[in-house]
This record gives sequence, C-alpha cells and structure tokens, in this order.
Amino acid sequence: MLTTLFYILSAITLASAFMTVLSRNPIHSAIYLVVCFFSIAGHYAMFNAQFLAMVHLIVYSGAIMILMLFTIMMMNFNESKIRKNNLVVVAAVVALCLVGYVLLATFLKAQPMIEQYVVTGEDYQSIKVLGKVLLDDYVVPFEMAAVLLLVSMIGAVLLSKKDKKIKA
Amino acid sequence: MLQNILQEIGIENYIFLATALFCVGIFGVLYRRNAIVVFMSIEIMLNAVNLLLVAFSTYHQDAAGQVFVFFSMAVAAAEVAIGLAILVAIYRNLKSIDIDDLRNLKG
Repeated sequence: MLTTLFYILSAITLASAFMTVLSRNPIHSAIYLVVCFFSIAGHYAMFNAQFLAMVHLIVYSGAIMILMLFTIMMMNFNESKIRKNNLVVVAAVVALCLVGYVLLATFLKAQPMIEQYVVTGEDYQSIKVLGKVLLDDYVVPFEMAAVLLLVSMIGAVLLSKKDKKIKA
Repeated sequence: MLQNILQEIGIENYIFLATALFCVGIFGVLYRRNAIVVFMSIEIMLNAVNLLLVAFSTYHQDAAGQVFVFFSMAVAAAEVAIGLAILVAIYRNLKSIDIDDLRNLKG
C-alpha cells in the first residue's frame, strides 16, 4: 500500500513539474508548481516528518508561490513565447539526458556506508528533537539565517523602490 | 507502519525520483525564456535536493539532514525575494523579462 502511494505521489510530482516547465501561461506554471509542492509535502509526510511537511507547505505553497503570483500579476504579460530556435531545444534535451546520466551513475556507483537499514525506533524527527538539534548544535547557522532573512528583506525593499534621483 | 517506509520502498526509488526532478528543473532553466518560469525551475531543483536530504536523513535516522533542509528553505525564501525584486526592477526598465532581451552587458 505504501509503495502504491509512493508511485502515485511520484507520478503527480513529476507530471506537475513537467507541466510547470512546459505550459505557456506563467500563471498555469505557478498553479502546477503548487501541485508539485503539495505532492512533495506528501512525500515528507510519508517519511513521518510532520513538522517539515507543515513548514514546507507554509513556506513554499504559502509564501513563495504568493510572491511569484503577485509578481506575475503585477507584470501583466499575456503569453510568453517559446523560443522557436530548434537548436536550443535539442541542446536542452541533450543536457538533460547527460546530467541525468551523470547523476544516476554517481548515485548508483556510490557504496552506502550503512549496508542494511535497521529500524531502531529511536525518535529523531519529532519537533522536540528537531528543536534541540537546531538550537544546540546549529545555533550559529540559525542566527545567520535570521540575519540573512533580514538583509534580504531590506534588499528587496531597496531594489523594488522607485529611485527618484536617477533619471534613466 | 510509517517507521519502515524505506524498507518497503527503498532508497533507490527516492534517488531516481530526486534525479528526475532535478533534471526537469535543469531542462526548465535551459528551455524557457521567461525569467519567472526559470525561477520556478530553480525552485524545483532545490526541492529535489531537499527531498533527497530528507530521504537520507531517514535512512541514517539522523536529524541533521532535516535541519539542513530548514536552512535551505530559509535561503530559498531569501533568494526568491531578492530575485523577484531584481526582476521587477528589470521589468520597469525594459518592459520585458524575456531572457533574450537581457543583453545590455554584451559587448
């Protein structure tokens, strides 16, 4: 039953990712991307990583997609042209196949350090344990992430503000 | 039931899924000319890597992989905010965000 669920979720993930790339209208792309993010949250929930699944839904489907849809609607373009040049399409497909080949070869040839997966029943992904790991071992990167978000907020405001001094 | 998900499905299937998702993202970056769709493809690639990190976090039963995913989510949020602000500034100047139009720096 779990395997069936995994295949269904993977099919939804891959199909919606392809539709994101291939659909002409950017708003349709954004909606397919929301479907893709929801199915990835489903994968996280299958791993029993509940907190991560909720954070993924909130951050990606909530914040990032709203930001993108807002930008798309602000720019107000109707249809985007797919490039007519066939050479670029061929180059993109060749690059896709080559990268896939290299990645698969790397992953499949790499020997895992732990040969056999053993369920110890140890709690390692509840919110309690994650909070302890985050604030004990990774407290400096945690604070750096806070600084990064603050700087990016200031930068976004500065970049999108209209500059009255410079007449372009 | 949920504890032994990797015994039932296997880590290889997650590796295949993440690789395929990453390749779809690369294809989108190379194929599309619309800068916002290129951004969405980058998000797909980031999500493929996050999915594989969580899979190996479960494989090793170690919480550090999930903590890395939190940091990469924070960086992705910052990146999208800055990137979209840059796109808005470009659109204000050029009235277009087609990547082919961004060749002012070309000599």
